[in-house]
Amino acid sequence: MSTNKAILVLEDGTVFRGRSYGAIGETFGEAVFSTGMSGYQETLTDPSYVGQVVIATAPHIGNTGWNDEDDESQRIWVSGYVVRDPARRASSWRSTISLDEQLVAQGIVGISDIDTRALTIHLRDAGAMRVGISSLGEDAADLLDKVRRSPRMEGADHVATVTTNEPYVVQAVGPKRFTVAAIDLGIKSNTPRQMVERGIEVIVVPASITAEELLEMNTDGVFLSNGPGDPATADHAVGLTRAVLGARRPMFGICFGNQIFGRALGFDTYKLKYGHRGINQPVRDRTTGRIDITAHNHGFAVDAPLDKSVETEFGTVNVSHVCLNDDVVEGLELRRDGQLRAFSVQYHPEAAAGPHDAEHLFDRFVALMQATK
Amino acid sequence: MPRRNDISSIMVIGSGPIVIGQAAEFDYSGTQACRVLREDGYRVILVNSNPATIMTDPEFADATYLEPIEPSFVEKIIAKERPDALLATLGGQTALNTAVALHDSGVLAKYGVELIGASVDAIKRGENREEFKRVVDSLPEFTLGSAESARSVICHSIEEIHEASTELGLPVVLRPSYTMGGVGSGFAHDLEELDRIGRIGLDASPVTEVLVEESILGWKEFELEVMRDKADNVVVVCSIENFDPMGVHTGDSITVAPAMTLTDREYQHMRDVGIAIIRAVGVDTGGCNIQFAIHPETGRMIVIEMNPRVSRSSALASKATGFPIAKIAAKVAVGYTLDEIPNDITEQTPASFEPTLDYVVVKVPRFAFEKFPNADPTLTTHMKSVGEAMAIGRCFTEALGKALRSLENPDAPFDFARPVGDRDELLEAIATPHDGRIQLMMQALRTGATVEQVQQATGVDPWFIDQLLMIKELADEIKAADGLSPELLRTAKRHGFSDRQIADLHHTTPDLIRQLRWALGVRPVYKTVDTCAAEFAARTPYHYSSYDEYSELTRRERPAVIILGSGPNRIGQGIEFDYSCVHASMVLSENGYDSIMVNCNPETVSTDYDTSDRLYFEPLTLEDVLEIYHAESQMGEIAGVIVQLGGQTPLKLATALKDAGVKIVGTSPEAIDLAEERGAFSRVLETAGLVSPKHGMAESYEQASNVAKEIGYPVLVRPSYVLGGRGMEIVYNDAALRTYIDNSTLISPETPVLVDRFLDDAIEIDVDALYDGNELYLGGIMEHIEEAGIHSGDSACSLPSATLSRAALKEIRTSTEAIAKGVGVHGLINIQYALAGETLYVLEANPRASRTIPFVSKATNTQLAKAATMVMMGSTIAELRQRGMLRTRTDGASIWPGMPIAMKEVMFPFNRFHTIEGTSVDSVLGPEMRSTGEVMGLARNFGLSFAKGQVAAYVKVPTGGTVFVSVADKDKRNIVFPVKALIELGFKVLATDGTASVLAQRGIDATPVRKFSEKTGPNGEPTIVELIARGEIDLIFNTPSGGASGGSQRADGYEIRTAAVLYDVPSITTVSGLEAAVLGIEALQTGDVDVVSLQEWGEEIDTACR
Repeated sequence: MSTNKAILVLEDGTVFRGRSYGAIGETFGEAVFSTGMSGYQETLTDPSYVGQVVIATAPHIGNTGWNDEDDESQRIWVSGYVVRDPARRASSWRSTISLDEQLVAQGIVGISDIDTRALTIHLRDAGAMRVGISSLGEDAADLLDKVRRSPRMEGADHVATVTTNEPYVVQAVGPKRFTVAAIDLGIKSNTPRQMVERGIEVIVVPASITAEELLEMNTDGVFLSNGPGDPATADHAVGLTRAVLGARRPMFGICFGNQIFGRALGFDTYKLKYGHRGINQPVRDRTTGRIDITAHNHGFAVDAPLDKSVETEFGTVNVSHVCLNDDVVEGLELRRDGQLRAFSVQYHPEAAAGPHDAEHLFDRFVALMQATK
Repeated sequence: MPRRNDISSIMVIGSGPIVIGQAAEFDYSGTQACRVLREDGYRVILVNSNPATIMTDPEFADATYLEPIEPSFVEKIIAKERPDALLATLGGQTALNTAVALHDSGVLAKYGVELIGASVDAIKRGENREEFKRVVDSLPEFTLGSAESARSVICHSIEEIHEASTELGLPVVLRPSYTMGGVGSGFAHDLEELDRIGRIGLDASPVTEVLVEESILGWKEFELEVMRDKADNVVVVCSIENFDPMGVHTGDSITVAPAMTLTDREYQHMRDVGIAIIRAVGVDTGGCNIQFAIHPETGRMIVIEMNPRVSRSSALASKATGFPIAKIAAKVAVGYTLDEIPNDITEQTPASFEPTLDYVVVKVPRFAFEKFPNADPTLTTHMKSVGEAMAIGRCFTEALGKALRSLENPDAPFDFARPVGDRDELLEAIATPHDGRIQLMMQALRTGATVEQVQQATGVDPWFIDQLLMIKELADEIKAADGLSPELLRTAKRHGFSDRQIADLHHTTPDLIRQLRWALGVRPVYKTVDTCAAEFAARTPYHYSSYDEYSELTRRERPAVIILGSGPNRIGQGIEFDYSCVHASMVLSENGYDSIMVNCNPETVSTDYDTSDRLYFEPLTLEDVLEIYHAESQMGEIAGVIVQLGGQTPLKLATALKDAGVKIVGTSPEAIDLAEERGAFSRVLETAGLVSPKHGMAESYEQASNVAKEIGYPVLVRPSYVLGGRGMEIVYNDAALRTYIDNSTLISPETPVLVDRFLDDAIEIDVDALYDGNELYLGGIMEHIEEAGIHSGDSACSLPSATLSRAALKEIRTSTEAIAKGVGVHGLINIQYALAGETLYVLEANPRASRTIPFVSKATNTQLAKAATMVMMGSTIAELRQRGMLRTRTDGASIWPGMPIAMKEVMFPFNRFHTIEGTSVDSVLGPEMRSTGEVMGLARNFGLSFAKGQVAAYVKVPTGGTVFVSVADKDKRNIVFPVKALIELGFKVLATDGTASVLAQRGIDATPVRKFSEKTGPNGEPTIVELIARGEIDLIFNTPSGGASGGSQRADGYEIRTAAVLYDVPSITTVSGLEAAVLGIEALQTGDVDVVSLQEWGEEIDTACR
C-alpha cells in the first residue's frame, strides 16, 4: 500500500485527499464513475475512456491482478484511476502481474483511499465535470487552477488518438461467410472476436479512411465501433456513415457508433448529466419486448423521438431500444420497404466487461447481411 | 403482462418451526410474499405451524392456519378454503416437499389448485441429483466452454471402484446408494482408504452400489441468486463467495458478497451458466440459488447444485443488495414481469436490473456446540450452525470486524492480546474446518506463518488471507505506536477494529478509546444500501456505518424511537424476540414516531428495510449503538431506546447505555438489574410474602457444596446472567457438583454460580404480563407439560393451563402483580413459577419480552408486544384497553368453557449432531435449553391440541403399534395408568425387565425385551436397540435415571434415545409427556380433526371476552 499522499480536485473546487495509486504524477480529465463490480482490466483498456478519469464504485480493485488475455486493446487508456481499496495481493490463476505494477508501468496516475461513494454522489448530483489528481503536491488551489485550464469533454475529438494507423484483418473462425469493414473509432478486441466467431472476416480500418476507399472495399457490411469523445466533433465518421447508407450497405454500430449513426440520420446528440457506465443496465428491445442486462459506457446520447418514426432520405428510423432506468435512447434501426437495413445500439453487446445477454445482436448483423447478400 | 386475473386466492405455505438449516429467513420471505399478494388484491391463505413468525400475524393473510405443515392437514385446509393457486417456493424445503407430496397424491388436481412459482417438474429437475446432473451436462456450449457437474462413476465391485478412482484421480468421494443419513459414505485420500471405505460402502448399500465422485474439496465456492419472470427475463441478483472453500456447508461458511476473487470473464461465465440452468430446469417465475465450485489453479468450474426456490442465501442476498428477492418472486409468480415492478429503493428504476454494490457484506455463522458438548465440531457438508450475523462495511476488513463482533461471542473478534501459540500446531488445527478457524488463522499469522502456509493448510483464497495479514500488521502497528494519532485510529477503525480491540492492544479500556476517538473526532459515517452504487438516489433509509468521509443521514421530522434487536439467532434467543421488535416498530410508526431498528441478523423480518422507518444494519455492541444514537441525535429528537424486546442482547447493554447518557424507555436498567440480582430480588419477594426455592450463591466448589448441603440435593446449578439455561444442570451429589464447577468456564467471582433447590414433581408455570406502574394485565398463564427441571424453552406448554385450580390462578395473579410492582416494571415481565403441592414458588422473573410473547399473542388474539411498546412510551393499560389494543375488561388469563386450547411444542436439533465416533447425541431433556424452534397446536380439546403440536413438530405420532417402555425407578408407579390407556388404545407393550415386572404387578401385560447392555440373546433374541433399528417400535417411552444430562453416559437409556433419533421413532422422556401423548393419540384415533383459522379463533375469542 502506498504511503504517498495524493489529492483529487474537481472543477467545482471539491477536494478529496487520499493516497497515491499507480504512477506518481499529475493527471486531468473528465471525472466519470463506473459501477461494474468486475472487469477493471477490460475497463481500463477500453479506448472509449480516453480523456476520462474513472472512479470505480466497487471498493476492492485489483484483487485478480492483471492477466495476458483480458485486455480490450493494446494499452490502458484512462487518464486516471480512482479507487478505494487497492489489493495488496492479487489472486487469480491467470494473473501475471499486479494491477498496481501495470498502472505504474503504463504511467497511469491514480488515487486510492478516498470516499469514492461520496465522490460518485457528488458527480451524480452536480453532473460530470473535470478533475485533476496529483501525487506531486498537496496544494488544492494550484491543482484546481490546472483543472480549470484543462480541456473539456464537450467538443473533444479523441478518435485520432485511438484509431489504428493501418488497416488489419482479423480472420474468420471456420469458413468465411462475410467480410465486414470495421471503422476503428476506438474498437475493443472483443468486438472483432464476436464477429469472427460468426464466420465474419473483419477488416479493421482507420477512422481517417475516405468514403471512396471504404466503398471500394466492397464488404458485406460496415461496422461502426465504440470510441471516445464528443460525437458532435466526428463529422468525418458521420460522412462515412452517410456514404455507406447511401450505398445501401448493411451497417451495425455500437456506442459511439450509435451516436454517429444517429447523427448521420439527422438526429442531434447531447451530453448526459453523468452518463451510463456500468454492467447492470436494463435495456428493452422495443420490437420483441425482451430485456437484456447490458454493459454501458456512454456520456452522450442520441436525441431521437420515442413515440414516432422519422422518415429520412435513407428510410424510416425508429428508436429500437431504450434504457429502462431513464428512457435514454439505446438503439436505432433503419428500415426500407419494411426491411431492416442498418441498426445500432448505444450499449455494448460485445460486453467485456459485462453480461453476454446482448450477444445476439451480432447474429442480427449476420442475418442482415445474409438478407442483403 | 400485468397480474393474473384468472386466479383470486392463493395458498402460501411457510416453513414451520425453526430448525437448523431452515430458520427465520423464511418468515422474512413469507411475510414479504403475503404482504405483496394481499396488496395486489389476492385472498391469501397461509399455512404455517410456527407462532413466532410475523407472517402468521392475523393481519398478514386473509386466513391464517397455525396447523401442521403435513399433507393431510394441508389437504383439509385446501378442501375448506379452495384456493386457486399454491405458492410453495417461499417456505423452504418444507413447503416445497409438501407441495410435491400434494401433487403426487393427486390432491392439487382433485381441488383444481395450480402450483405457481415453480412446476413440479422443475422442482424435481432441480432437486434430484441425477436429473440435475443431466440438465447441467446437456446445456449448450458457452464462451468459456461447456458447463460441468462433478464427474462420477457408478460402481458395483471393489475392482470397479479402483478403476474409477484411477480415472477420476484421488481423493474421491464414495457414496453408497440407498443408505440412510449418509451411512457408509466418505472421502478416500489414498488407496488404502479407498479399499476400506469402498468395501464398507458396497456392504452398506442394499444394492451393492457405490457412486465414486471426483473430490472438489478445497475448491473455491460461489453462489448466484437468479430471478426469472414469465417473459423469460432473467437477472442475477447477487454473487456470493465463500471464504471457506468447498467441504463446509455454505450455511456454516463465512460468506462474502459480492464475489471478491473472480475476473469479469469468469464471473460472466458463471452468470451465463446460472441463467442457462434456471431456464433448463424450468423455474418459470421466481428465484433460485445455484452453487458453483472453481478449481483455484486451473479455473475449472463445476456446478454443484441448485435450489429451485427462495433459500437462506436469498434472504442474505436480499439484505446484502437491497433487492427483495421473495417479494419480487411473489410478484413474478402472479404474472408481473420484472420491468413492471419498481425497485423499492430508487423508486424510479425497475426491478429488471442487477444490483451493484459499493460495499462489502460478510456473513458469519453462529454455532451452539456448547449446548451439545459431545457433538463433533468439525464442519462438513451437513449444516450445524443455528444462526448468523451479517455486517456491511466499505471494505472486507471493516465488514469482517463488524460481523465478528456481531456474533456476541467474546472469542469471535480477533484477540491480539492472546498468547500466539505454536505455529505448527496452529497450522495443523486450521487444516480442519471448525467454529473458530478464522481466529486460529489469525493466530497462525501472528506466529509469523506466511499467507502461503495458511493457504496450504486451509485452502482459503490468498486474497482473503492477505486481508487478515493486513489486519495483523495494523494490530502490530497500533501496538508499537507510542500514542494513538487520529490517522492511526482512523485507519484502525476503517479496517474494522473495535474500541475494545484497540484498547487491548494499548492496555487500556474501550471507554477510554471511545473518549479519545470522540475527542479527536474519529467517528463513523452512515452510508446507504441503494442497489445501484449511488447511480440513482435512494429513497429507502437502509444504513450501515463506515469509517469513511461523508454521511448520508437526513433530518427527521418525527421523534425517533430506537429499537435494539436480538442479534444472531442462537438456542435460547431466536425469532421470538425479533417478532416483538417488529411489533414495536409497527406500533411506533402508527403512533407518530419514527421507528429505528438496529440489528445484524440477516434472516429476520426486523432487518427488512420495509419494516421500520429507518434500518441500521449494525452490530449490537455498546460502541456501535452509541454511535448510532449520536448520529441520530443530530438528525432530530430521540424519544428513547427500547432494550426490553430483543432478549438478552440489548438488555446486557442497558446499564452501560444509560451511563453514557442514553434515554432508555420502559423498565429502567436499575429495575432490570434488580430482577437479575439474587439478593435484591429476594427482598422483593420477601416484602410481597412470596417464596422461592431455597437457594444460595457460590464462587467456588467449597461454597457451593455448603449451600447444597444446607438446601439438600438435588440442586439446580447455573451461572448467573445467562439466557436459555446456558450451563444449567441438575446435580444429585457432591461429586457431580465438583465436576460441574471444575468444568464450567462461565463461573467467576464476577459471575458466581447460583445453587437452587430442585423441585421434584412440581408443575412449572410461565406467565407473561404487562405492567404500567399501576395496573397489571396478564398476557397469559401457561402450564408446562414437562415437570419443573426441564428448561421452559424446551417444554411443551398449554394455554390455558390444564390443571391449575382457580385458587392457584388467583395466587399467580396477585404474585405477578406484586413482583411487577416490586421490581418496578414498565412494560413486559415474564415470571416462571413452580407449583409443588400447595406452594407456589417463584423460580425467576425477567422484566423483558419473553420467548412466549408471540405464542401468547396468538393464543389470546392480543398483540402484547405492541401494547408493551405503548406502555413504554407512556400509555396506560387503561388507555390501551380503550383503544382496543388490550381486552376491555378482562385479560389474557380469562378462561371460559369451550375455549380453544393452544399448545406450544418445541423442535430439537438432535438429528443434526453426531459424536466424533459417529453416533447421535443424547436427546434427554434438562435444564439447559437445546430446542431451536417451536410450533403451535390449536384445538377445542387438550388431546387434539397436543396431537397437532406433535404432528407440527414432525413427530410421527402412532395411532397403533408397539410401544416400548423403560423408566427410572422413581417413575415406575406413575406410568401404570398411561400404559394401561395405551393398551386400551390397541398398543402392544414391550418393556425392560424391571419395568415389565412393575407393570405385571398391576396386572398389565408387557413383553420383556433385552436391554442394549444385555446384548443379543443366545437364540438371537434381539435387544431393544435392534428392534428400533428394524422399525418394529412405533413409540418409545424412556425416562433417564440418575439425572445425568448432557449425554455423557453411555448407558442403556442413551443407546435407546440415540437409536430413536437415528431411526426417527418418537421418544418421550417424561411421565407428563406420556400422559399428554396418550390424550393426543386418543384424539387422533377418533379421527375428528378439524382445521380452524386464526381469524376464526380470534373472532370467537373476542366475542367471548371483550
